[in-house]
Amino acid sequence: MPDPAPIQRLLLDSAGVNRCLDEIAGAIMKRWPEEEKLALVGIYNRGVPFAESLAARLVAAGRWVETGRIDITQYRDDLQSFTVLPRLEGSDIGFDLDDMVVILCDEVVYTARTSRAALEELLDFGRPRCVQIAALVDRAGRELPFQAEFAGIRVDLPKQERVNVRFTATDGRDEVFVTSWENKPA
Amino acid sequence: MTPRKDLLDIASLTDEEIEFVLANAGPFKDLFKRSVKKVPTLKGQSMLTLFYEPSTRTRSSFEVAASRLSADVIHFDIESSSVVKGESVLDTVETLESMRVDYIVVRHKQSGIPSLIARNTRASVINAGDGWHAHPTQALLDAFTLREKFKDLRGARAVIVGDIQHSRVARSTSLIFRRLGMNVAYLAPGSMMPRETPDEIVCFGSWDDALAWRPDVVYLLRVQSERMDEPFFPSASEYHKIYGLTDARVDILGERGLWLMHPGPVNRGVEITDKGMNYERSLINQQVENGIAVRMSVLYWLKPGAGLES
Repeated sequence: MPDPAPIQRLLLDSAGVNRCLDEIAGAIMKRWPEEEKLALVGIYNRGVPFAESLAARLVAAGRWVETGRIDITQYRDDLQSFTVLPRLEGSDIGFDLDDMVVILCDEVVYTARTSRAALEELLDFGRPRCVQIAALVDRAGRELPFQAEFAGIRVDLPKQERVNVRFTATDGRDEVFVTSWENKPA
Repeated sequence: MTPRKDLLDIASLTDEEIEFVLANAGPFKDLFKRSVKKVPTLKGQSMLTLFYEPSTRTRSSFEVAASRLSADVIHFDIESSSVVKGESVLDTVETLESMRVDYIVVRHKQSGIPSLIARNTRASVINAGDGWHAHPTQALLDAFTLREKFKDLRGARAVIVGDIQHSRVARSTSLIFRRLGMNVAYLAPGSMMPRETPDEIVCFGSWDDALAWRPDVVYLLRVQSERMDEPFFPSASEYHKIYGLTDARVDILGERGLWLMHPGPVNRGVEITDKGMNYERSLINQQVENGIAVRMSVLYWLKPGAGLES
C-alpha cells in the first residue's frame, strides 16, 4: 500500500514570519524599558537565528541587548532513551547573567520540556532577575507549567502534526509549515 | 552518532567515532569556565573505578569527569577487597553486576582484562590502561590537546621518546596520531624499541637524528621505575644523558618552537628536568585539564547495554 500523501501546510510565509518578528521585538521593547539590562538567549537549533533576528530588530531600534546561545542536550530529560546521540554545539553565554532580564528564544514552544531544560541550564550560569520565553509559534499541548510571554502566532494542532520553522540565516528562507511527524523534513 | 557500550582501545574505533568524541570534548571543556561546572547528563547513573594497578591521576580524572556529569562515583578498593584474598576478576565482576553499576573504569596490568570484563557485564567498560595493550582515553586526550594547537593535524610530526616497547600510551597515542594524519617517529634505546613497528613509523636511536627529522611535537614517556631493575639500560642518569630531555635539549626545543607532551607522572631528572617542566610550550598541564573534558565526552557517548539484546 502506498504511503499516505504527506501533509504540508504553510502557516507563515516570509512576510508573515517577518511581521511576527517585528511584533515580538516591539512587544519586548514595550515590556522592558531602556534601564533594564536585557539579554536574548537562543535555544539550539533554530532558537539561535530566532534570537538573533529579534536582537537585530531591537538594536536597529536603538535598544541594546546581549545575545547568547544555549545547547540543552545535557539537560534533556529523555537523553538516556536516545539511540543516536547529537553532536554537542555547546552553550555560549558570554556575559554576566546576574540581575539581567533574560528572554529564552525558541522557535516553537509545545510541550515545554525544552523550555524546562533551557531554564535549568540558564540558571547554572547565574541568577537572572527575570526569565521569560519568546516563541515564534506557541503551540497548545503543554506537559509542564511554562508560558510563552511573547509569541508570533498561537496554534492548536493534532498530535501527529509537526511544526517546522525555517529562517533565512540557517535555511535560506523564512517560513513556518506543518508536516506529519513521519514526513518531517531534515 | 550511535552510542557504543565499551571503549577498549583506539583500533576498534571508526574515524567518525574518534571525531565525535573529540568534537564534543570542546563543549565539555567550556563547562569548566561556568560557576556551576556540572551538567545533569548522567544523573542517577553510577561509575565505578576498578584499578588493579595504582593510579592517582587517571582515576581522579575519571572521577572528576563523572562527577561533573552528575553520576555517582564509587571506588572499588582493591587493596582491602577480597581480590587480595584471591577472588578472580570475573567473580568480582559478578559482584559488581549485582550492584548494577552503569560504567566500570578498569586498569589492569594484564592486557585484555577490560575486554574480558566487558564481555561479562551489561555495564559500559572503559579501559583505563591494560598491560602494554592500550590506554584509549589518554590517546583521545592527547589528540584533543594537539588539535587545540594545530587546526589540522594532517602532516604534523610527533616523535615519541622512551620505553615504547612496554608502553600502552605509546601504542594508543601513536595510533590515534596516525589515524588523524600525523607522522609519527619513535626515539628509544634498542632495548625499548618494539621489534616490529608499522612501516610508516620512523625509528631513531638518537636525539640528533630525531630532531633532524623536524618534529613539531616531542612526546616523552615516563620511564617506569620497575624497569630500572631490569637490564634495559644501565642507570637513570645514563638514560637521562642519552634519551632524556636535558636542559640543552629544552633550549633546542625552544629555538625551534616545538610542543612538549608527557602523559604523567614525570620522573624529574630521568626523562625530563625542572627546566623542561617549566618549558613555555609544554602542554603537560593542558593534557591533565583536557583529560577531564575528553573523559566526559567518552562517558556521554557510551551507553550501558548498547548493542546487547534486552
